[in-house]
Amino acid sequence: MSQAAITVENVSKSFFLKHQQKESYTTLRDTIANKAKNLFSGKIGNNSMEEFWALKDISFTINEGERVGIIGRNGAGKSTLLKVLSRIITPNKGRIVLEGRVASLLEVGTGFHPELSGRENIFLNGSILGMTKSEIQSKFDEIVAFSEVEKFLDTPVKRYSSGMYVRLAFAVAAHLEPEILIVDEVLAVGDAEFQKKCIGKMKDVSGQGRTVLFVSHNMAAIQNLCNKAIVLKNGKVDFPMSEINSALKHYMKSVNQLATTNLKDRKDRQGEGKLKVVSFQFLNEHNEIQSELICGQKVQFKIDFEQIDPKLNNNITCGIAIYGEDGNFYTLLSNDYSGKPFDILSSKGSFVCTIQKFPLVAGKYMLNLSIYQNNIMQDWIQEAVVFDVEDGDFYGTGKIVPGSHRSILIENSWNLI
Amino acid sequence: MIKQRTIIEPGLEDKNYWKDIWKFRGLFYFLAWRDILVRYKQTVIGVAWSVFRPLLTIVAMAFIGWLFESNVPEGIPRILMVSAATLPWTFFSSAFSESSNSLITNSNLLTKVYFPRLIIPASTIIVCLIDFLISFVIILLLMAYFQFLPSGNIVFLPLFLILALITSLGSGLLIAALNVKYRDFRYIVPFIVQMGLYISPIAFSSLDIYNNPRIPEILKYLYAINPMVGVIDGFRWSLFGGNSPLHLKGFLISISISLILLFAGIKYFRKTEKSFADTI
Repeated sequence: MSQAAITVENVSKSFFLKHQQKESYTTLRDTIANKAKNLFSGKIGNNSMEEFWALKDISFTINEGERVGIIGRNGAGKSTLLKVLSRIITPNKGRIVLEGRVASLLEVGTGFHPELSGRENIFLNGSILGMTKSEIQSKFDEIVAFSEVEKFLDTPVKRYSSGMYVRLAFAVAAHLEPEILIVDEVLAVGDAEFQKKCIGKMKDVSGQGRTVLFVSHNMAAIQNLCNKAIVLKNGKVDFPMSEINSALKHYMKSVNQLATTNLKDRKDRQGEGKLKVVSFQFLNEHNEIQSELICGQKVQFKIDFEQIDPKLNNNITCGIAIYGEDGNFYTLLSNDYSGKPFDILSSKGSFVCTIQKFPLVAGKYMLNLSIYQNNIMQDWIQEAVVFDVEDGDFYGTGKIVPGSHRSILIENSWNLI
Repeated sequence: MIKQRTIIEPGLEDKNYWKDIWKFRGLFYFLAWRDILVRYKQTVIGVAWSVFRPLLTIVAMAFIGWLFESNVPEGIPRILMVSAATLPWTFFSSAFSESSNSLITNSNLLTKVYFPRLIIPASTIIVCLIDFLISFVIILLLMAYFQFLPSGNIVFLPLFLILALITSLGSGLLIAALNVKYRDFRYIVPFIVQMGLYISPIAFSSLDIYNNPRIPEILKYLYAINPMVGVIDGFRWSLFGGNSPLHLKGFLISISISLILLFAGIKYFRKTEKSFADTI
C-alpha cells in the first residue's frame, strides 16, 4: 500500500476582477455628470468588483511515486492549482498536505540574470529552486554536462542563443532531487532532442519513487510521462483522478464544446454578397461540435450559408484556405479541386468538408472562407476562424514527431525488404 | 528517513515564519551576491562608483554648509563633519529606495517560486550596506589627511550602523509592501529621499537646530521625528565624541521612530505578503 504524497481537500481560490461599467457610448458630459454623482454618493470611479473562482472545491489524493497529469483548457485552473501547491498563492479555503520536499518548476530559468555568466546562473537558479550551495556544487559537473553548454560557461547568458538558455535552465531544474516535483508547461520550449532528454530525466525521477505533477498542453507529452490524470474544467474537477487513457478520452470529449463561429455580421468581407457564409463549425467523427482540433483526428469543416439571390443555382464552389499564425499559407481545400461544383441550393444549408486525418501539428491557425459562383466571388472572409490544434497521436503508434522536424504529417508505411 | 511535511491552509503559514527565513538563508545570500555582481557590470570605473557618488555629495554639502556658515564644533574639519553624515545618509537613501522597489523588480520571482518574501528587500539592503562599507574609505582617508584621531566613542559606531539598518529595513519593508498594490509609492519614494537630504543634519549640525532660540520647541520635536536625525547624530557622536554631543531627548525620539518603523514595516509586510503574487 503506497502512501499519499499530496492530499488536497476542498481547495478553493478566488480572485477579484475589476469591471469598468461600459455604456454603449459615452459623452464627456455624461462622464463628468457620473463623476460628480459618484462624488456625492461617495463612490470612487464606476468600478464594480466581481469575485471569480479560479478553483472551486478541488479534492484529490496523489500517492507516492505516481506521475499525474493535470489536463484542462485554458482558464480551467491548472496553473492556479500548481501555484497553490507551490505555495506561491494562498487558497481561500481548504487544506493541502504535501509529504516530502517539494520543488516546483513553473517556468524555465526563473531568476536567470542576463548579465551573469552561465556558471553564476547555475548557482543562482539552483538556490532559487531550493538547492543548497553544497548540493549545487556536488552536481555542478553533471548539470553542465546535461546542458551541453560547457564552452560558454563563463559567457553572460544574454549572449546565449535561446536554445542554449533553455538547455542550461532545464539542466539545473532536472537535477533537483525533490520527493515531489511540480512542473508547468516548461517542456513546450527547447528543441526536440532536448525535450526527449528532459522527459527521460523526469521519468527517471519518478522511477526513484518520486511523485511528479505535470501540466501541459502537449497531450503527447502527458501521455508519455504520466500514468494518471485529472481533468479540470472551470476551476472544478471535471473527471476525477484515473488512468491516463480514460482521462484523456474524457478530455477530448469535453474539448468538443459548443464552438460555433458566427460570421453573419462580419463587415470586413468582399464579394457580391448574394450567397453568404453565416457561420462555421468544426465537427468531430460523432458530428459533435468542437473548438480545438487534435492532430490526426477525423474532422469536418461545416460552413453554413445563406442564399439571398435564388437564381445562383449552378457551378458553386466553396474554398477553405488554411494559414499558420505567422501568415504562412498551408493549403486550399475546395470542392472545385477535390470534388465537383455544387448545383442545387436551398435558401439555407451547409457545405461540409471532411478530412480523414487532420495533418497539421500543434499550433494556431487561421481560415479564410470563400464562395464563388461561375467564378464570380460571392463572399470572401479573411481570417474567418482562428483555431488551435493540439498534438495527437497521428500515426497511432503513441509517438509524436519532434517539433523541429514537422509542420505537416503525411501517412506513410515502411517495409524492410 | 523522516519526511518534511508541508501543510497549506489559509492563515496557517505564520507559525514557522522565522524558521522558514532561516531555511532560505542560502537564497538570501545568493540574491545579495547576484545584486553585487550585477551592480557594476558594464561600467568603466566599476566599484569606484560607490565611493565617487557619496564623495560628490560630500563636496556639495560641505560647500553649502560653508556658504551659509553653519556651525562646526571646535577642532573638527568641516568636510569630515559632513562626511560623517553623508555616508549614513547615502546608505539610507539607496537602501530605502532600492528595497522599496525590490518586490516590483523581482516580480518574476514572486509569481514563480515560493520563499519568504522578506528575503528580497532584506538582501537588497545588504548590497547597499556593502557599498557603505566601501565608501567608509572616504572617512578613513580624510582622517589620515587631517591627522584626526576619532574619539573613544567609536566603539559604539556599529550600534548606530545597526540603527541605520533598522531604519532602512523598516521603512523599506513598509513601502515595498505598499508599492505592490499602490504604485503611487514609486513616485513618493524619490520625493521622500530628496526632502530628507534637506531636513536631515547633513550640511549642518543638529545642535544648530536644538540650540537655536529662534526655532520654537514644537518644531524641534518635529525635526527629531526624522529617524535619520538619530542615526546621523549618533555617527557624529561616536566619531567626534564630546565635541558633537547628543541631544538626548531628540535622540530618543528618533530611535523610537526607527523601532516603530521596523515593527510596523514587518507587521504590514507579513500581513500583505501572502497576496503579493495575486496583486503584483
